[in-house]
Amino acid sequence: MRPLTDEETKSFFDKLSKYIGENIKLLLERPDGSYCFRLHRDRIFYVREDLMKKAGNISRKNLLSMGTCFGKMTKTGKFHLQITALDFMAPYAKHKIWLKPSAEQQFVYGHHVMKSGLGRITENTSQYEGVVVYSMNDLPLGFGVAAKSTQDCRHADPMTLVAFHQADIGEYIRNEEALL
Amino acid sequence: MADLVERVLKEAAERESHYKTIEVHKDIELEIDPGNLLTVDTNPLDATKLKKNREEYLKSLARDNTQLLINTLWQLPTEKVDEAIVVKLPDPKTPIPREKPVPKDKALTKWQQYAQLKGIQKRKKSRMMWDDQSKEWKPRWGYKRGNDDTQEWCIEVPDNAEDPNVDLFAKKNKEKKERVAKNELQRLRNIARSQKSKVPGVGLTPTEAPSKDYLGKALALARKSTASIGKFTDKLPTEKPSKHTGKKRKFEPNYGDVERESKKQLKILNHIQNRIPIVNTTKAANRHIMEEQRSRARRRREEDGGKQKGGKNKGGGGKKKGGFKAGKKGKAGGKKR
Repeated sequence: MRPLTDEETKSFFDKLSKYIGENIKLLLERPDGSYCFRLHRDRIFYVREDLMKKAGNISRKNLLSMGTCFGKMTKTGKFHLQITALDFMAPYAKHKIWLKPSAEQQFVYGHHVMKSGLGRITENTSQYEGVVVYSMNDLPLGFGVAAKSTQDCRHADPMTLVAFHQADIGEYIRNEEALL
Repeated sequence: MADLVERVLKEAAERESHYKTIEVHKDIELEIDPGNLLTVDTNPLDATKLKKNREEYLKSLARDNTQLLINTLWQLPTEKVDEAIVVKLPDPKTPIPREKPVPKDKALTKWQQYAQLKGIQKRKKSRMMWDDQSKEWKPRWGYKRGNDDTQEWCIEVPDNAEDPNVDLFAKKNKEKKERVAKNELQRLRNIARSQKSKVPGVGLTPTEAPSKDYLGKALALARKSTASIGKFTDKLPTEKPSKHTGKKRKFEPNYGDVERESKKQLKILNHIQNRIPIVNTTKAANRHIMEEQRSRARRRREEDGGKQKGGKNKGGGGKKKGGFKAGKKGKAGGKKR
């Protein structure tokens, strides 16, 4: 377990700010306690300071997880965001997509979002912007990347992809081992 | 009775007549080396026979020479092994040259000299050893070995210890490292003694067939071996940074100042935010384009209106729904008109 180096912090924040923007500040400075990011076994964990100190007493081999895992750092220094970070991304998301009930299942099974399944989309979403995907009841389902800007979405035909799938809550069942 | 003998002899004679005679006449005696199964025939070849029927002549020559060789072989002592007659060949007389020189005898290592002196025999030990503590067979050396004192989970501090606060685990690891280093040094010294060269304090011993890894290390060393310890050695255009040099990575301490850490992270965050421009350039550009097109359209309409109907303005430009969207629509509208 160790704190992140500067390059790792940069690549991590780059990725995260695609979805949350400057709200990362709210993650770092919280009124209810001091939280920090730690790297353990190539995964970045968001954990409260006192919990982190206690977790430091466990040997590296035996420590599996602490706090919330945001994602993993690859060997070349790139950061992959995982679904376990959704709890902290959903309230701070800058761009959102709402799915119709018919398309929810498709997305949760890992497929991309088509125009026919798109319920609402926030204004001013540019192309390839990070978006958080919700159901019509405002339940966060996962996140993805906008394939078309809001403007283009209006003129697109129903079979075109509107958002690329990145992670969804179905992964908790499908992809259990990879999530840690 | 006499007929029978006569008949047998006649049959034998018939059989014999099929084969050529084993008597061969040669002007010059051949040099026969039964050890190498070699016959050297120095008789001159008959030119006329060679011209007339070459293959037949050469074949008969070969047959004759082989016959002579076999004759000499039959004269050697024979024995019968598993219903086959076997002849033991003598030592070869003709020397055949070696491809490579005769290898030198290796110099004995220090231990081998001592063992020879004391008459100590080498006793082979098996790989697996019964470990009473874990009640299973474990390797005697190497990975997952039994009886490994660096893997002890609990070491008692002895009563007569000088300093009870010394880290016994670290001490054991250090001792192991020292033993390994000592072994390595002694191995290098043995090599140096056998090659009559000196052991380098730091660096590499010379090898005959350097591997890729060895060459990499040698290159890294050569770059550093200057008076300014490699500070001014130029790099080749396609040279990659060496794996064998470089500082060991140092990380921030885990329980360091959380305040300082969060401040540093906020600074990095600000950097990232500053890179993204606050003004949306595409939006601004689109709005500018839309304005241009609208003004152009208005001018054109005024001209047309002036020419045709004389003053009836045909409505204003597109309603402004929103800067971003209108920009795109305005652009499309402009093209149509």
